[in-house]
Amino acid sequence: MGVAAVARKGAAPPASENQTTMLVRKIPDGSVIDHIAAGKALSVLRLLGDPQENGFTIAMVMNVSSSKMGKKDIVKVEGVEITPEQVQRLALIAPKASVNIVRSYRVVAKANAVPPRTLRGVLSCTAPTCVSVREKESAPSIFFLSGRTPLRYRCKYCGRELSEKEISDQLG
Amino acid sequence: MSRDAWKGRDVISILDFSRRDLESLFESANRFVGPPRPRTDLHDRIVATAFFEPSTRTRLSFTAAALRLGAKVIDLSPDVSSLQKGESLHDTTMMLQGYSDLIVMRHPSEGAALLAAELSSVPVVNGGDGSQHHPSQAMLDLFTVTRMKGKIDGLTYTVLGDNRYARSATSFMYGLTKFKPKMVYVVSPETLRPRDEVTKQLKSLGLRFEVRSDIEQVIGNTDVLYVTRIQKERFPDLNEYEKVKGSYKLTKELLAKGRPGLIVLHPLPRSTELPYDVDSAKSAAYMTQAQLGVPLRMALLLKILDGGRS
Repeated sequence: MGVAAVARKGAAPPASENQTTMLVRKIPDGSVIDHIAAGKALSVLRLLGDPQENGFTIAMVMNVSSSKMGKKDIVKVEGVEITPEQVQRLALIAPKASVNIVRSYRVVAKANAVPPRTLRGVLSCTAPTCVSVREKESAPSIFFLSGRTPLRYRCKYCGRELSEKEISDQLG
Repeated sequence: MSRDAWKGRDVISILDFSRRDLESLFESANRFVGPPRPRTDLHDRIVATAFFEPSTRTRLSFTAAALRLGAKVIDLSPDVSSLQKGESLHDTTMMLQGYSDLIVMRHPSEGAALLAAELSSVPVVNGGDGSQHHPSQAMLDLFTVTRMKGKIDGLTYTVLGDNRYARSATSFMYGLTKFKPKMVYVVSPETLRPRDEVTKQLKSLGLRFEVRSDIEQVIGNTDVLYVTRIQKERFPDLNEYEKVKGSYKLTKELLAKGRPGLIVLHPLPRSTELPYDVDSAKSAAYMTQAQLGVPLRMALLLKILDGGRS
């Protein structure tokens, strides 16, 4: 699954959330996605889908000071607990992101975005002569994790590596 | 790898094989060097050759090897097959696996042989996939070094030429990672240096190598000089090719600066980097190398199809 989830019943809200309460109110239920690299919040929103279509409320804070990251973005999604699949995909856009699941103003679970070792049908190879590009109909897109910091994935067929920016650009 | 472990194996990259596997292959190939004798080891087998790109040595030496072992050979000619009607690699592979016991495939796309191997129920031997792998060529090259220098370990190698697009050069360097060369100099114009994923792989496998620009600096230390032509057909932009065309060339004068016992290998075909007058140099070993392609591939086919019995 690639998701590290730890239940933390009744835990206090994280410090980063306290720092931003002036900007965005606490949510009673839903998901708080923290430690998103500055500027990537919009890509994370795209990952979650259209809020109007799905009927949920989203709050976004961009370019917040962070002791760990310098600057970061935060996304709060009210009334929705993001799925393990979404957390996995989140790892590709925001590898350092953490997710807090909130119920009745309490953090009940935490999940860290962990990049999956293997990705099937998620990324496209950028080598124009790779068989996964030329024989798209029958060749699956398969990538193996080849680096975490920075994030890199290696095409199974041609060995070409995708950089963190290329991965983010494809998914954003 | 034991004898049985060879049986039925795909040959996609030389990286998939151990030093022991390769030494065992060379040992078998040695028995096929010299005047050929009629053999019937593979009399009930059919080898299919499917070359989606031009080839002289790889296709013909695999064909000759199969025939020398008594096998039948069927050939897919892209010009007169349903490839002309747009048939996919998937469907072509599915047909070939039904008609043969082993497929030798060359394709312009990187990863084509791996994809075919995943689809096929019979072994697939990669005869070259784009600019990525050419394992049987690398096995042949190392076999030639073994025969001519008596060893692979402890020698200094210089890989001169198109180290970006020439799959033979990449596969040769990958093959050297299985042994203990003293040093590998990788010499090419800047734009023809190995791709990032290749240098990363070589580093991770612990190969001692240095990337250089000038052959003159290293020729005096070189025991084996491996040369490739510039792969014009793989340049995405022909203007880039024009910039490096003719940027390196072997001469007898250059070879005279080499160590005693220096050998020059080249997977051929040649272009301007290897003038014909070099053929008479004592160090020129590339014609012998090409000839050894048949015994090496005989051993390879026999190991895959018969587990190495002979």
